[in-house]
Amino acid sequence: MARGLPLRDSQWESYLFRRRVIVAAIFSVALILLLGMRLFDLQVLNHQHYTTLSRNNRVDIQPIPPTRGLIFDRNGVILAENIPTFSLEIVPERVPDMNRTLSEIRKLINVSDDDMESFRNALKYKRRFEEIPLRFRLSDEEVARIAVNRYRLPGVEIKSRLSRYYPLGPLMAHTVGYVGRIDVQELQTLDASNYAGTNHIGKIGVEKAYEDELHGRVGYQQVETNARGRVLRVLQRTPPVPGRNLYLNIDVNLQHVAEQAFGNQYGALVAIDPTNGAVLALVSMPSFDPNVFVNGVDTKTYNELTTSKSQPLFNRAVTGQYPPGSTVKPFYGLAGLESGEITPNTEFYCPGYFTLKGDSHKYRGWKAGGHGIIDLSHAITESCDVYFYNLALKLGIDRMSAFMQQFGFGHRTGIDLTGESSGLMPSRTWKRRSKHQPWFPGETLITGIGQGFTLATPLQLASATATLAEFGKRMRPTVVEAVQDPITGKKNYPPPQALPPIPVVNIADWQRIQRAMISVVAAYNGTAHSISHDLAYQVAGKTGTAQVFGIKQDEVYVPQDIPKRLRDHALFIGFAPADKPRIAVAVLVQNGGGGGSVAAPIARKVMDTYLLGPDGQLKKDMQ
Amino acid sequence: MILEESQRPGRRGLSLALHLDMPLVIALVLLSALGLVILYSAAGEDMSMVTRQALRLVLSFIVLVAFAQIRPETLHRWTPHLYTLGLILLLAVLALGVIGKGAQRWLDLGILRFQPSEVMKVAVPMMVAWYLAETPLPPHFRRILVGIALFAVPALLIAKQPDLGTALLIISAGSFVLLFAGLPWRYLIVAFILAIPTAVLLWKFGMHGYQRQRVLTFINPESDPLGAGYHIIQSTIAIGSGGIYGKGWLNGTQSHLDFLPERHTDFIFAVFGEEFGLFGALLMLALYLFVILRCLYITSRAQDTFTRLLSGGLTITFLVYVFVNIGMVSGLLPVVGVPLPLISYGGSSMVTLMASFGMLMSIHTHRKLLKM
Repeated sequence: MARGLPLRDSQWESYLFRRRVIVAAIFSVALILLLGMRLFDLQVLNHQHYTTLSRNNRVDIQPIPPTRGLIFDRNGVILAENIPTFSLEIVPERVPDMNRTLSEIRKLINVSDDDMESFRNALKYKRRFEEIPLRFRLSDEEVARIAVNRYRLPGVEIKSRLSRYYPLGPLMAHTVGYVGRIDVQELQTLDASNYAGTNHIGKIGVEKAYEDELHGRVGYQQVETNARGRVLRVLQRTPPVPGRNLYLNIDVNLQHVAEQAFGNQYGALVAIDPTNGAVLALVSMPSFDPNVFVNGVDTKTYNELTTSKSQPLFNRAVTGQYPPGSTVKPFYGLAGLESGEITPNTEFYCPGYFTLKGDSHKYRGWKAGGHGIIDLSHAITESCDVYFYNLALKLGIDRMSAFMQQFGFGHRTGIDLTGESSGLMPSRTWKRRSKHQPWFPGETLITGIGQGFTLATPLQLASATATLAEFGKRMRPTVVEAVQDPITGKKNYPPPQALPPIPVVNIADWQRIQRAMISVVAAYNGTAHSISHDLAYQVAGKTGTAQVFGIKQDEVYVPQDIPKRLRDHALFIGFAPADKPRIAVAVLVQNGGGGGSVAAPIARKVMDTYLLGPDGQLKKDMQ
Repeated sequence: MILEESQRPGRRGLSLALHLDMPLVIALVLLSALGLVILYSAAGEDMSMVTRQALRLVLSFIVLVAFAQIRPETLHRWTPHLYTLGLILLLAVLALGVIGKGAQRWLDLGILRFQPSEVMKVAVPMMVAWYLAETPLPPHFRRILVGIALFAVPALLIAKQPDLGTALLIISAGSFVLLFAGLPWRYLIVAFILAIPTAVLLWKFGMHGYQRQRVLTFINPESDPLGAGYHIIQSTIAIGSGGIYGKGWLNGTQSHLDFLPERHTDFIFAVFGEEFGLFGALLMLALYLFVILRCLYITSRAQDTFTRLLSGGLTITFLVYVFVNIGMVSGLLPVVGVPLPLISYGGSSMVTLMASFGMLMSIHTHRKLLKM
């Protein structure tokens, strides 16, 4: 079938073409074989690998955060709870015009620049269908405003979330503590899987110390997701275990009275039940509102709180360390008696000052004219410094230090709160190690009146006072009374923990010291006599005045001439009823002045509230 | 007396009367049916999609039957006109695309939207075959150059749309016609040798950054798992996790959980591989191979240069379709938008495909028999 020129060689063409068809067939088979081999490679040789990938692709494990345990006071008054709060959240994929929507919202409710910034940040890394919170803690009015305008704001949702709330606000904020958003450091140390769904963690106080109890165990749900991470269905669900509830030893009423008693003054108070170490009140003034920390404190408030001279965030009762001043005198008196260095009848002459041999330096007593010839009991009652200079010289720093450490000075009490300071009970070894200096005799003297290097936390003072009241029996101070299973409601009361007791050489020595302390309040010449009027029970106490500001040898301390910040701290320790102690209290009023006039009345108010019934008489169970 | 194959005595039946090649029809029907089964799964058990696809298939088979009735001589006569029309349409689309600011492949003819590049898929091999059949084979150098121009011009126009997949198919259709025409192998070798420095120059000077990125992503898809590499990663996971026997129909997790993009169109083979495993995949490959070999048989039996070249070109284009699609889905080739013939959801390419099978059957059944 030749067509046109040149002439065709049909045979040759057919032969050529047939060869090309054969090549094409071989080529086709080869390509299909290549595909088959590739499939064999994927589906047989690497099947396991892709199966794993496929599983990971499809099943997502999502954490379900547990509900945080509640915190109650000893009478069941709620201190920390979880309340539903309303937040405004936006689903980007449903918003037609984000800028317009945001400006509409800002017309309706107040949205701070901080909120806007964190929203814009979240917008960058969150997925398009995930809710991004714009505002937390909407007021009812704000909720209503948004709700009315919802039809104009597609993709804008009001969400209810559980949020930690402290209904009593600043009351015992330091003790209860607060939760805040988990920060980077915490992320590195905590159990990442247990906290997978949790945004908040205890930062201070009981919230932090009992984090493990309060948090609970995270739950999980296995969900099937699509590639965009949207949940299609739940495959399996392991419910979370809610956190346990805590009951504190603290009584909100007592705490309230104690805080009120401080008025505008700064300071700390710790009240302990000497029989079991239960912390009855724990005050650090001034306080703060823990609620501001829960959903992220704004920069301005945070700066105000941290840079304020009044240091509201600082827990003075547990973390603060102060020179204990004369409150240490009963302890050194006991040390003298028990060691046999002095007897109850040992007397020293007090001219109002003391000098060491070969040294012209005058160690002054607080009373200018001196106390004259004075024994131990009167020395405690009247707080004679010179007596205790003499006693310190007899005891020497080694014995003083060892004896005081038995009471817990220089060591943490082990209270169930975080951030406790150890205080400082100086010794030769301590000074050599930390200051590379030998111990000087003059330092022994001032240590004998609770000055110099000695530092104690109000908690340590209260604990030591309780130990004194209980004749050397020591209990670990505890804030939490009971841990409650939220499901069964069963409360578990951990038994009080005894600390190594102080060996009693002669019980009469202890009684003598206690009697001297009763005189501090009861006797006319007692330094805390001002609180003795109408006292329905006996208080054993000791005042103290801690020097903040060293005055020169020839100067006289005139409080009015010294800025308040540098004035003496007023201290008082005491326990009551003296014959059957139920409460031991340590009070520190920062820059307050005299212990007897400023600190002791606060202690009395607390004792009265705790011990007395409405009739003004000792409660039955306190007798 | 000259009889045609369909009039061969002793062979009666509907298939002959309709100028159909029964083995090929059966294989095509099987593949289409398989396609519907997978589509039901890939479309998330959406019956309406399956129905629409089935309707398209029916329409395509009607096109096939219609084309089978057209005598090869008629096809030969139409070829230059069809090609010219196709070129004009391509230019029209480009012009409209410029006006409409953006990629444009469609020509809206009111009742139906129409893709001129689809016409070219058939028109180009027809035209190259028509041109090369004018002179005895093998073609000499000038003929080869003109032949190349015949497919290169429309391919460039289509690549500008931009539709790289179709452009590639058109280039391969045209070049395979050239190869069937007896293009000397040395030309091919020279072309390969020239291709390497061209590629290097293109890489260095002729490509945009994003285009280079695309090539790099092809070489190592994991480098961009959420972007360009995502398709390949997800489809290989789907196929690989299918194993030997597959996860079972409707049980493919990759596809049903939305991991697999374009799962009912270009990536439908991944769904098939996941649900039916190596077994099913090899069965499908066998069917495709059967279709190809049968077409090559038809090609080898063709009686004149035009029909030989045309059927060879169409056959290998079909092979390229299959190879590029499955190669792409299984991570062997870069991602180019080529549907899996007869299986992928979509109408336009199926109609042209069936039209070309119709032509093959026409070529086969209109053979002249010399009656003794």
